[in-house]
Amino acid sequence: MNALAARFNAIFGADMAGPLAALAAVLVVFGFASPHFLTGATFGSVAFQLPELGVLTLAMLMPILTGGLNLAITFTANIAGLTLAWTLQANGGIDAGPGAFLLGSALALAVGAASGLIMGLVIAFTRAHPILVSLSMMIFLRGLGEFLTRGGDISGFPTFVAPIGHGSILGIPVPLLILIACVIASHILLSRSKLGFSTYMIGSNIESARYSGINTRKVLVLVYMLSGVVAAVAGIIMLARFNSVRVGHGESYLLITVLACFLGGINPFGGFGRVLPVFVALVVLQLLSSGLNLLGANQHLTTAVWGILLIVVMVLRWFSAKFIRIVK
Amino acid sequence: MRKLFLAYTTEFVLFAVIIAMSVVLAFTTDRFFTLGNAFDLLNISAVNIIFAVGLLVVLISGGIDISFAVAASIVQYVTALALERIGGGGWLSGFLIAAGIGIVLGMINAFLIHRFRIISIVATIATFNVYFGLLMFFTKGVSIYNLPDWLTSRVIIYEREMADGSWAEITLPVVVMAVCTLATWLFITRTTTGRQLYAFGDNPEGARRFGINIGAMQFIAFGWLGLMAGIAGLMQAHYAQEVVPNALYGRELDVLAAVVLGGARLGGGKGSVLGCVLGVLLVSITQNGLNLMGVSPFAFKMIVGAIILVAITLSSARIGNLVPVFATRKSTGNRPADRVEG
Repeated sequence: MNALAARFNAIFGADMAGPLAALAAVLVVFGFASPHFLTGATFGSVAFQLPELGVLTLAMLMPILTGGLNLAITFTANIAGLTLAWTLQANGGIDAGPGAFLLGSALALAVGAASGLIMGLVIAFTRAHPILVSLSMMIFLRGLGEFLTRGGDISGFPTFVAPIGHGSILGIPVPLLILIACVIASHILLSRSKLGFSTYMIGSNIESARYSGINTRKVLVLVYMLSGVVAAVAGIIMLARFNSVRVGHGESYLLITVLACFLGGINPFGGFGRVLPVFVALVVLQLLSSGLNLLGANQHLTTAVWGILLIVVMVLRWFSAKFIRIVK
Repeated sequence: MRKLFLAYTTEFVLFAVIIAMSVVLAFTTDRFFTLGNAFDLLNISAVNIIFAVGLLVVLISGGIDISFAVAASIVQYVTALALERIGGGGWLSGFLIAAGIGIVLGMINAFLIHRFRIISIVATIATFNVYFGLLMFFTKGVSIYNLPDWLTSRVIIYEREMADGSWAEITLPVVVMAVCTLATWLFITRTTTGRQLYAFGDNPEGARRFGINIGAMQFIAFGWLGLMAGIAGLMQAHYAQEVVPNALYGRELDVLAAVVLGGARLGGGKGSVLGCVLGVLLVSITQNGLNLMGVSPFAFKMIVGAIILVAITLSSARIGNLVPVFATRKSTGNRPADRVEG
């Protein structure tokens, strides 16, 4: 029984308390505020809207755990989406077959990996600050996308692409399934694999990680490559959801992904934090958005409330730390 | 000379790159090396340089701010509304209102960071969303076009007719930029508070033990950025002759890239006004040169991004490895991986 309790604690540990409390608060407040909130429709809309932001947040998560940041994720997603779109267009546009889609997706993931590879190499070998490297990569990718598309959008995809953005399997939206798969994969990668262990080590103290025999350069390059690949997955989902690709789609998500990570208890300096609390934090953000929407607020007010939520959580964390000090 | 170079490596390198680019552009385009173009460059860069010197102060003190461009948008909007309320006003009231609101918004960041010990990047990402969300919510995205005449009419400080009949002009934003740059330079290099900011950014705990009031440091740094953001917002409204709520959205990252290109260090304690101005100018000159060479505007960002990426790669790889003459005997380059600290 004790083992079970320990297991429970390991999964829903102390870092889950904040996000779960916020989740409960959101459910209770909006449950009372709007009779339509606790219905299937709300959760359905959340399930369809969550994945884009969620997958992008996972792309942001691993670099933050190493003490860095990847500001290029949204435009990596755009460029990956463009790659897939062009592959489909080159193979007949609306009439393209599943083979073209698979090829395009593979190329899209490769493009994402390439973007991450370049950033990882620069960060690992020159010790340039990740914020700067990813920032210049972001400016470059945005420019590249604008240059190649001339600011326009690309649409007209085969009909079998749409279900990836809008379809359901056994009542569960396909994009949500992709997100859950990514969450589970990230969780296993970070908590079970050598790469995950090295990621936390680097985030805690890169010098001691190096002295303890971890090939820090290799790990950093891999982390940024993985981040690029996950961003590319988000790009594919966005292509299917909007049925078009446009440079700048999802740009406003960039700082929200950082916000979601911090809300999920990730240490901004790296080294500490887990995937599951971040997932719960994402659900909270999206429920807040739907709840406010039901009450007649628009997306911009939601953005403001997300920011206020982050401040409130940080202030509460400060109070609780102070309280613990006094009790001791 | 070697000592001077080592102390100001980034500035020298930037200066050399700018000179080299200017020489190439002077020969390849017929308009680059004219007074008119030089003045155009200054007029265009003025707002970004005002932002940049403000951000520099925060970076030196070891913080980072994401929210200043959105704060400037709020300043623009509220100033325009306030001026309408008081029936027009003039430059003095405009500057006072803009500076006041800017300082208040900067102080909010400083308050969150100091009082509740929130890391500056977390706090300013939060306020970025709050500021932008509330601005768009209350304004409903509506722009203001009927600004007072004194604000929208161009103020020409110096003008000269060129041989080809065009006019080379220096306008008000350039003068304001010069004043802001000079004030920031005096502030961070010639005052005790400025030296304390460097010390605080380099080692907050050491600075605290030395008796520096760290709360005051946060409020001064973010207050200064708020002041600069307010002034830059007013200048942007003057330059664009309109107030568009989301016009400055996204500017923060471009300015950040330019400032760090100019040698400021994320993590604090390092950076100079000269480097910061050169960083912004390098980006502007690149865009200007590409424009004059007839390159598609769609390619600007791509090339600028690539240049910044290469520049950061080269400047982070130790200069001593690339140019052995300047290698320091005892490598001081083994700094720990820089981090953004609050």
